[in-house]
Amino acid sequence: MEDLMPILIGVLYAAGVYQMLRHSIVKLILGLLFLTHATNLLLFYVGGLAGSAPILSGTGEVVMDPLPQAFILTAIVISFGIVAFFLVLVFKAYQANQAADLDELDWTDL
Amino acid sequence: MNEWILFPIVLPLLMATLSLLPRGWRFDRELMAVLGTFGHLVFSVLLFVQVQTEGIQVLQAGGWAAPYGITLVADLLSATLLVITGIVGFAVVIYSLGTVDELRQTFGYFPMLHVLLLGCSGAFLAGDIFNLYVWFEVILISSFVLLTLGGEHKQILGGVKYVTLNLVASAFFLTAIGLLYYQVGSLNFADVAQKVGSLDDKSPLLMTELLLLLAFLVKAGAFPFFFWLPASYHTPPVAVAALFAALLTKVGVYVLFRFSSLLFTVQGNPFSTLLLWLAGFTMVLGVLGAWSQTDMRRILSFHIISQIGYILMGLGLFSQLSISGGIYFMIHNIFAKANLFLIAGIIAMVGGSFQVKKLGGLFSKFGFLGVLFLISAMSLAGIPPLSGFFGKFTLIKAGLSQEVYPIVITSILVSVVTLLSMLKIWHHAFWQDHPDPTIDVEKNWSALGKSRVYMLLPAVLFSCITVSMGVFAEFFLSLTDQISTQLSDPNEYIQAVLGGGAK
Repeated sequence: MEDLMPILIGVLYAAGVYQMLRHSIVKLILGLLFLTHATNLLLFYVGGLAGSAPILSGTGEVVMDPLPQAFILTAIVISFGIVAFFLVLVFKAYQANQAADLDELDWTDL
Repeated sequence: MNEWILFPIVLPLLMATLSLLPRGWRFDRELMAVLGTFGHLVFSVLLFVQVQTEGIQVLQAGGWAAPYGITLVADLLSATLLVITGIVGFAVVIYSLGTVDELRQTFGYFPMLHVLLLGCSGAFLAGDIFNLYVWFEVILISSFVLLTLGGEHKQILGGVKYVTLNLVASAFFLTAIGLLYYQVGSLNFADVAQKVGSLDDKSPLLMTELLLLLAFLVKAGAFPFFFWLPASYHTPPVAVAALFAALLTKVGVYVLFRFSSLLFTVQGNPFSTLLLWLAGFTMVLGVLGAWSQTDMRRILSFHIISQIGYILMGLGLFSQLSISGGIYFMIHNIFAKANLFLIAGIIAMVGGSFQVKKLGGLFSKFGFLGVLFLISAMSLAGIPPLSGFFGKFTLIKAGLSQEVYPIVITSILVSVVTLLSMLKIWHHAFWQDHPDPTIDVEKNWSALGKSRVYMLLPAVLFSCITVSMGVFAEFFLSLTDQISTQLSDPNEYIQAVLGGGAK
């Protein structure tokens, strides 16, 4: 498990970036989701996977660092809120533009 | 321990919550916005005075000592920027009273404005990196809503770009937080600054720092990550654009200043040269972008980027003088840029368009508007005795004393081009005859009614600040000197947060 995690995180990052670079506006959302999940897993991984629940019993057993888990919890909630907003925004953009291809989005730069 | 630090955070939070209550359960939203932002300003000034007289103020939330608890720290840089946030927030609320339409107000314009100020105050006061991340997300969410509120076609499409790039930057930031925690085992600024020095292997740290740098360069709108900015800043109402121009990119820059004092210096500031290159490109590309535009808001958006370059130049030169100059320039830029957006809004209301080619003949009828515009525009270009001159002067002096001539030459050339593109607005909007004689600018002006006062007050306020920053430059420069002294010696910060005994 310890060895598999970095690979999984790497794959998720790669998948996220790949999806974001594609044309479809839906895949943009998917890519962002992958990216945030990869980041959350990375935060999880840095705390170390071995050890029991972080309740100090005084017996001297190895416990996990609880702090990264608190970080992820916060990060998950934040990304949940933001993705919810982004979904609505992208739907609105699709309605306004009638195109799901990012290259066909109307030009706002002029 | 100092509870006063909490007030600039608690007050906007309270106001945002109260503004969300249904009608009949609360006061008028507009009244709450004015009082809330004014209160925020008052508390910020009180905190600033306290920091000035008693040194760095620290609040350990819940009494949990650093590095375990949540720490809020107000040093001179934070306190100064808080006061500026207060001034800008107050002025923008006044301007919003006259310009933001009923629909946007119904759908939560003012609550979101409070949340944005809350996020900025929190980010300036945060004492650890994860807290900073949370405050950044608060800023992001509220700015997303403010940017797209109203749902115009352009707003939505600009919003997609803005949201995407900022989310990617946040992912970078969070990744860097994870890596930093893995290497150092702490996220409290002071604790990290103390611990990185004793790390055995410092090379992985460079990767983390680079990720942090990347994340905040995106948020600051620096080269080569600035594309989200001109694609979105011209789409929301002018009041929102002015607020964004004043605060959002500057929060990113603030964090770079904070990191460069506490984190990046450990290895002798490895990013100095990189930052200088980026600063040069940011300046040049920003100003060339502005040169090619004809929409006032887009000209100004590109100038935000170009001026971020100057602030980065101060950071890249990394001497006491250059950091002082960079911070002075940042303060000047916040006021001058916000003011130009506000004035562009007035011009568009009167002349009927943001396109400079569709405007004209304003100087003969609205001389005062011309004066207001000229003060900020010339200040932006760096004409003495206005504030921009002293910022650029200090930066160039620092560059010359360190014999980094390329960036000095670039910055001088860029300010000439800045002047040219400001003159473009001036020439078209004020001097030339109006291309469409059917538009009666005086009728447009009198049709605005009471909003005229709301629109002019903040513009006059900002212009006064710009002028006084130039006239009393010595006072402001001595303030930024103090800030830069405090930044260059992180020991005071570490002592204040961790206490004398902690090691």
